[in-house]
Amino acid sequence: MTEQELDVFAGQLDVILGSVARVGEVAAADIEPTTHAVPLRNVLRPDEVGPCLDRSVVLAQAPAVEDNRFRVPRILDDEQ
Amino acid sequence: MTTLESTVDITGRYDPVIGLETHVELGTASKMFCGCPTTFGAEPNTQVCPVCLGLPGSLPVPNEVAVESTIRIGLALHCEIASWCRFARKNYFYPDMPKNFQISQYDEPLCTDGYLDVTVEGRTVRVEIERVHLEEDTGKSLHVGGATGRIHGADHSLVDYNRAGIPLVEIVTKPVTGTGALAPEIGRAYVTELRELLRSLGVSDVRMEQGSLRCDVNVSLSPAGSGVWGTRSETKNVNSLRSVERAIRYEMSRQAELLDRGARVVQETRHFHEDNGRTTPGRSKEEATDYRYFPEPDLVPLAPDAGWVNRLRATLPELPAQRRARLAGELGATDFEMESMANAGVVELVAATAAAGAPPAEARNWWLGYLAQEANKRELEPADLGVTPEQVARIIALVDEGTLSVALGRQVIDVILEAGGDVDTIVAERGLQVVSDSDALGQAADEAIAAKPDIAEKVRAGKINAVGPLIGDVRRAVPQADAATVRTILLEKLGVSGG
Amino acid sequence: MSELTYLGAAEIAVAIAAGDVSAEEVTRAHLDRIEQVDGMVRAFLHVDTDGALDAARRVDADRAAGRDLGPLAGVPLAMKDVVVTQGLPTTAGSKILEGWIPPYDATITRKIKDAGIVMLGKTNMDEFAMGSSTENSAFHPTHNPWDLDRIPGGSSGGSSAAVSAFEAALGIGTDTGGSIRQPAAVTGIVGHKPTYGGVSRYGLIAFSSSLDQAGPFGRTVLDAALLHEVIGGHDPLDSTSIPQPVPPVAAAARDGARADLTGVRVAVVRELGGEGYQPGVLAAFQEAVSTLRALGATVLEVSCPHFDYALAAYYLIAPSECSSNLARFDGVRYGLRVGDDGVRSLEDVMSLTREAGFGPEVKRRIMIGTYALSSGYYDAYYGQAQKVRTLISRDFAAAFEQADVLVSPSSPFVAFGIGERIDDPMAMYVNDLCTLPASLAGTPAISVPCGLSEGLPVGLQVMAPALADDRCYRVAAALEADHGHPLTEEAPAL
Repeated sequence: MTEQELDVFAGQLDVILGSVARVGEVAAADIEPTTHAVPLRNVLRPDEVGPCLDRSVVLAQAPAVEDNRFRVPRILDDEQ
Repeated sequence: MTTLESTVDITGRYDPVIGLETHVELGTASKMFCGCPTTFGAEPNTQVCPVCLGLPGSLPVPNEVAVESTIRIGLALHCEIASWCRFARKNYFYPDMPKNFQISQYDEPLCTDGYLDVTVEGRTVRVEIERVHLEEDTGKSLHVGGATGRIHGADHSLVDYNRAGIPLVEIVTKPVTGTGALAPEIGRAYVTELRELLRSLGVSDVRMEQGSLRCDVNVSLSPAGSGVWGTRSETKNVNSLRSVERAIRYEMSRQAELLDRGARVVQETRHFHEDNGRTTPGRSKEEATDYRYFPEPDLVPLAPDAGWVNRLRATLPELPAQRRARLAGELGATDFEMESMANAGVVELVAATAAAGAPPAEARNWWLGYLAQEANKRELEPADLGVTPEQVARIIALVDEGTLSVALGRQVIDVILEAGGDVDTIVAERGLQVVSDSDALGQAADEAIAAKPDIAEKVRAGKINAVGPLIGDVRRAVPQADAATVRTILLEKLGVSGG
Repeated sequence: MSELTYLGAAEIAVAIAAGDVSAEEVTRAHLDRIEQVDGMVRAFLHVDTDGALDAARRVDADRAAGRDLGPLAGVPLAMKDVVVTQGLPTTAGSKILEGWIPPYDATITRKIKDAGIVMLGKTNMDEFAMGSSTENSAFHPTHNPWDLDRIPGGSSGGSSAAVSAFEAALGIGTDTGGSIRQPAAVTGIVGHKPTYGGVSRYGLIAFSSSLDQAGPFGRTVLDAALLHEVIGGHDPLDSTSIPQPVPPVAAAARDGARADLTGVRVAVVRELGGEGYQPGVLAAFQEAVSTLRALGATVLEVSCPHFDYALAAYYLIAPSECSSNLARFDGVRYGLRVGDDGVRSLEDVMSLTREAGFGPEVKRRIMIGTYALSSGYYDAYYGQAQKVRTLISRDFAAAFEQADVLVSPSSPFVAFGIGERIDDPMAMYVNDLCTLPASLAGTPAISVPCGLSEGLPVGLQVMAPALADDRCYRVAAALEADHGHPLTEEAPAL
């Protein structure tokens, strides 16, 4: 992003965050958060093997492939 | 630091605190959130689907057996099972993570507050378990172009997502204090015992060398008696039970040396090196990564009710500690003997050998003795040596009935280690039946010795290699005998061990 | 031939089943219409001529072989480009997915195909469903068929415009904060957001997982209801999909068409109206309420005070979830990759890719979301916002003790001019004021045309309790029946 874009963004974010901070006004100590409209529990699937994608299809959409694997540029060193 | 200071000396000045984080790959048929198979060693990127590839639009659905296995592990570790909990997203960018977040658990793990007792040198330590939770594994990267195959110096990397999405259970201990000089042994004993427990539950094949059991080791030192905890390091790449012990030992020594000269222990992640037993620094963890955890909105809560938990409790097998107590009775072994067997990882092997007919004490001697020795030499677990309890029981039987001597029995084991095979076949093919009064080979050996007393004297005095001519004599008399067998018999008769 | 494009979906299906016209003819008529007007409307990103004709021919073959046809077999449909379609480009309105051809179908795609519905192509949308005007599309804006200088609403503006412009008889949109209802309102058609979990999200490119729902567009209430019955229902591939059967929405639509609302309690929500709402919109809304009363409904007013916090809660929850959902777009496995010159690191390439591939609104929301979830802020922002949802749900529950449905305008404004609000995010966000509460509570809500203001369509929003989608359709159908004809018949010719 350019400097100018960043300035505009920062201003917009300020306004947005300011308005959403209102959310803190609402007394909420004892209130449970809502996850889903119709509460569901324990939705699980049996441990069964199903079909996989064909590898050629999987790799066809990849930006770069080598040795049947997804090729990515060098990862920044996180070990010495 | 060329040699490590002994832990006994270190603990004169510092109290070690250790912690272990273990990741267990569950042996489910399908992945955690999709139906892809989990078989090890498949061609890269052939066991993937929209879900485990994290393709846009894909959604996770949790594997029922994975959840049950986690609960069973928690129950076996005497944990509290949450009555309601959720999965959470752990957000960070890394190419082996298709969604750039991992579905895991954060502040609502499935199991909490358990323990596992381990015994080392007669001391029982209760290792407390902080939590057991369920998550998905990442893919695997190959780093190409560097010298060591690691990230450093690599030109690019190649990613395989077959492993992405395999269910992973994370077991975290609370800090273990009061271990003193035995900290390394206790750490190792904990992982050993945990592995036995997981194996007995049948939830994983727990093979450290294949990565289905992974261990991170945390170590810190506190000035003796101060109660002030030190900064801890986290060591990864600990790929065997022996490495657990060595890593703790090294870290204690390294940290003691730093603290002794007034330097600071840095909070960091370190990498364990198999070849020299040292650790080297990795990512600095001074600034912990912010994973921006939040409850996974694509999944609904897990709420294991009492009925479900009790049904799972009923499926628990006899746990290793109980089993050992029972076996101690059946095998007539003392606590010390049981502990030796447990720490050598041979309890089940001894029990199976006894079940195959061998007297328990002899089964124990063979497994704790020659077999453990050979395992150590090859840096293998006794269970992975390739010698079965049935084979050992047969050898013991042959020794007991006089057909084999102990030395020849060992030789049979050597052959099995080399080339496998059936005990009786090996004995027959190589003519290993031991000397008996009517035995031609034994007689020939006696005669050869009697005929050349000078040579016999030299051998008895320690010049083992002088036995050569006697071997030749015996073989002329008993042409079908093999040289190694003859040598063993001669040396035995001459009262020397010759290897 | 061109009259075929003016028929509703139900009528087309009946005509095809009766043999009065072939599915292929119907599809050709719609493809012709697209060619004729889409240069102006620009609803479509990709028209799948061959695929559509193949699907139509299969319906004709089925009919010839005497096989049973589904209730919408042969009806042409416009699919929002946020829905994954195997073998057809799917972009979510973004450059970062330009050229991506999915290897799988969304569940609703599969259901639509299995029903013999003919997918004409993929429609334009605000990038990753973030927006209320379709101006955030990385490709081009879509134009409102009622006035080509105006926005068609968003984020499902392409599908809505396509149906409104008679390019398709049916449309699929997705609604996260109002993205079906608001476009339906400003283009003069019907659009419904089902109960959360009522329609599978498997294959919907995720924006805000706990809010996203796919839903139907039609020019009539019955058309939308028939499509709802095709796409709705439990999906084992979506853990959040509800196990209950699809509510009887088509029956409710037919019942509503009798225009008798005796015994139905309709409540106007005090907080969804008044200052900030265009007078013409409020006038049309009041008239609609009077009509409902005239049809026999009992009309009352309720107050839902926490609805005032809906905007704030939404603009914390949705960006938070999207910041995580959009992390996967990094140039590694599919889509755009920028800057891989063999020297740069992966981290740099990912940054460059996302910088180039995402538009400003998406970046804005990712930043807000990342901030709201960061350690130390979770409780104050995302955590708090989720609690506001509970308060909003309680307001709904209390209101539904006094009424069967709640009503409000679907949007505070009629379609505004293209370019008018795009530089002021807050001015854009207030488009969602009316629609956000039902999104946050996960309850069903429909927008049905209720008249014109300044010659532009106004929509009435009808909200019902969770799983009671049929109530929305019933009341909407009654209003529509009273008007006598779909509002789109009054649209200026293109």
